[in-house]
Amino acid sequence: MTRAGPRVGLFVTCLVDLYRPTVGFAAVKLMEDAGCTVEVPAAQTCCGQPAFNSGDTADAKAVARGVIDAFDGYDYVVAPSGSCAGMIHEHYPALFADEPETALRAQHLAKRTHELVSFLVDILKVERVAAVFPGTVTYHDSCSGLRELQVKAQPRRLLGSVDGLTLTELPSAEICCGFGGTFCVKYPEISDKMVTDKAQDVVATGAGTLLAGDLGCLLNMAGKLSRLGADTKVRHVAEVLAGLADGPAIGEPAKD
Amino acid sequence: MQSTSRSFKANAHRALNDAVLQRALGNIKTGFQEKRRRVVEALPEFEALRDSGRDIKNHTLAHLDFYLERFEEKVIANGGTVHWCRTPAEARETILAICRRREARTVTKGKSMVAEEIGLNAFLEANAIEPVETDLGEYIIQIRNEPPSHIIAPAIHVTREQIAEDFRRHHTELDPARRLEEPGDFTDEARAQLRDRYFQADVGITGANFLIAETGSTVIVTNEGNGDMTQLLGKCHVVIASLEKVVPTLDDAATILRLLARSATGQEMSVYTTFSTGPRRPDDLDGPEEFHVVLLDNGRSAMLGTQFQDMLRCIRCAACMNHCPVYAAVGGHAYGWVYPGPMGAVLTPSLIGVEEAGHLPNASTFCGRCESVCPMRIPLPKMMRHYRTREFERGLAPPMAKGGLAVWAFLATRPTLYRFVTGMAARVLGALGRRTGRFKSLPLAGGWTGVRDMPAPEGRSFHALWAERRGGR
Ligand code: SF4
Repeated sequence: MTRAGPRVGLFVTCLVDLYRPTVGFAAVKLMEDAGCTVEVPAAQTCCGQPAFNSGDTADAKAVARGVIDAFDGYDYVVAPSGSCAGMIHEHYPALFADEPETALRAQHLAKRTHELVSFLVDILKVERVAAVFPGTVTYHDSCSGLRELQVKAQPRRLLGSVDGLTLTELPSAEICCGFGGTFCVKYPEISDKMVTDKAQDVVATGAGTLLAGDLGCLLNMAGKLSRLGADTKVRHVAEVLAGLADGPAIGEPAKD
Repeated sequence: MQSTSRSFKANAHRALNDAVLQRALGNIKTGFQEKRRRVVEALPEFEALRDSGRDIKNHTLAHLDFYLERFEEKVIANGGTVHWCRTPAEARETILAICRRREARTVTKGKSMVAEEIGLNAFLEANAIEPVETDLGEYIIQIRNEPPSHIIAPAIHVTREQIAEDFRRHHTELDPARRLEEPGDFTDEARAQLRDRYFQADVGITGANFLIAETGSTVIVTNEGNGDMTQLLGKCHVVIASLEKVVPTLDDAATILRLLARSATGQEMSVYTTFSTGPRRPDDLDGPEEFHVVLLDNGRSAMLGTQFQDMLRCIRCAACMNHCPVYAAVGGHAYGWVYPGPMGAVLTPSLIGVEEAGHLPNASTFCGRCESVCPMRIPLPKMMRHYRTREFERGLAPPMAKGGLAVWAFLATRPTLYRFVTGMAARVLGALGRRTGRFKSLPLAGGWTGVRDMPAPEGRSFHALWAERRGGR
């Protein structure tokens, strides 16, 4: 089958791969519905952030080199995560500042790399999705997507087109949830304070479901909400937009 | 000032469990964030101003020697003196020598973070000179015998009830039944206490927000007017400033002033912006007899030309800490030295060493909110990451973290093996967590499960499922 649309390489992200494949399939569906040819290069693993943010530049570069190779030749590279897309988009070129040839390839990749929902809206000009989700949701703006890639209006716009969905804004939507990669295990007490505040704000909205665009933050917030005994469901925004939100939410038991 | 940055974790633990402190920190959001947002939204050219501010400072830092020498020439021409001090000890001795020559018994002080940096108050006291803080916040922490916890609101960690208690304990000559509830009550009482001290003081010490090379002026901004009293009523005015405070011209200072109050307190301008240009001239109605500028380096010139030079653009507005979720959680004292929050996480290791302050650049989620509000566009997270890199390269990172990273990197650079391992992990964890959907505890993941559940994976890795459904394409 041939398509006229762009050829997109899906950067699955390590967390989606391991924890929540549904998000990957949701991303594929949303992009295919918008006319893209989506491929999943087999040689991908992680974007390298764990090393990069720990100051381990050598390992960050080694992992980044693999990503640059794996995603050579696609029209676009898209990740269902502002954090990983931000890593490639914002930080890969600087990471190879002392290797001009790789830096050039990194820049080329950076320019073609997007976070999923902003890719749908800003590049593919998707205005609405054909999905139904009865209920009230609230939305947390994950930091990297918000501040590195200006993802803010795009998810709200598409959520607005979902049948039956009402969005109640989270007052502290732009404040970090306390995940921060290794931060959450290096400074668990501070992280706990941040995610507790966040969970309380989420519960106070009265929304039945919390959505966000980054699985790291979602696991953190879902873990805290369930520890606090809250019954708020937690999902990646792509699941709702793709109409793949009928399985168990993050941290929910399997249904059978 | 002695640092406790090494015990950041223990400091943070204490702060998180201090209910009174947590209540005090709750005011940051409405007190600072909302006010800044409103005033920034009302100024369409704010983003362009940020660019100008950054450019002015970058230009100045590129020619720092030139502008500092020009500043000194002008100060001398105005009848003042500039004292170049490399270290805190030199700065303290210089100030002590001036005080001794003036036979000073008390000195009044305007707010100065550089004075904190050199531990001036304790040093003066040890030399039988009484420092009197005149900024309300500084006055409060002076009677509480605490260091500041914030660079523009030094007593932000103290509640009104605590201030009332401190004032009653300290001002024993006043009616014990007096009302001490509103901020105005505290200001009035502190002012009354301070009035005579201004006149008694032999020397007035202030900081400086800017040093202006073109005119040899020093500039302070305050909301209480205490700085003006300090520098006008003392017979000798000593300005203590770090050397990156210099800007070329009055116009440059005016540009940055437009950014400063908006970013700091959400005001368009601070209530008082005071320019001091030399001692009193024969025809002046008032002013000090002597005018000294103590210029402190303390490691700053060593930051020039390094990855950390951008930090020297900082104008000490505190927007970064006012918007930092980590600062909001633990407050300023946890950081363990003079400068807290994101700017402190970069400046502290630069000034006192990454061995001492290594925690600070690590204790960040890199949420980037600091950089997004910094009027001088200082890339704070990027510089914190530079410190993490230095730490890692010098082998200072914790062995567990290093070991974990090594295993992860080994796998992440071998996609086939990686796929095998994650496929297995997804299956095993998915099967174990299938019934509950989450884990309350997991081996090796105590940092995570100590405070929150670990959601269970769905059970198969994406790549495994994709290979089945689409033949791996
Ligand atoms: S780093 Fe930026 S935001 Fe923080 S105090 Fe300095 S100028 Fe203000």
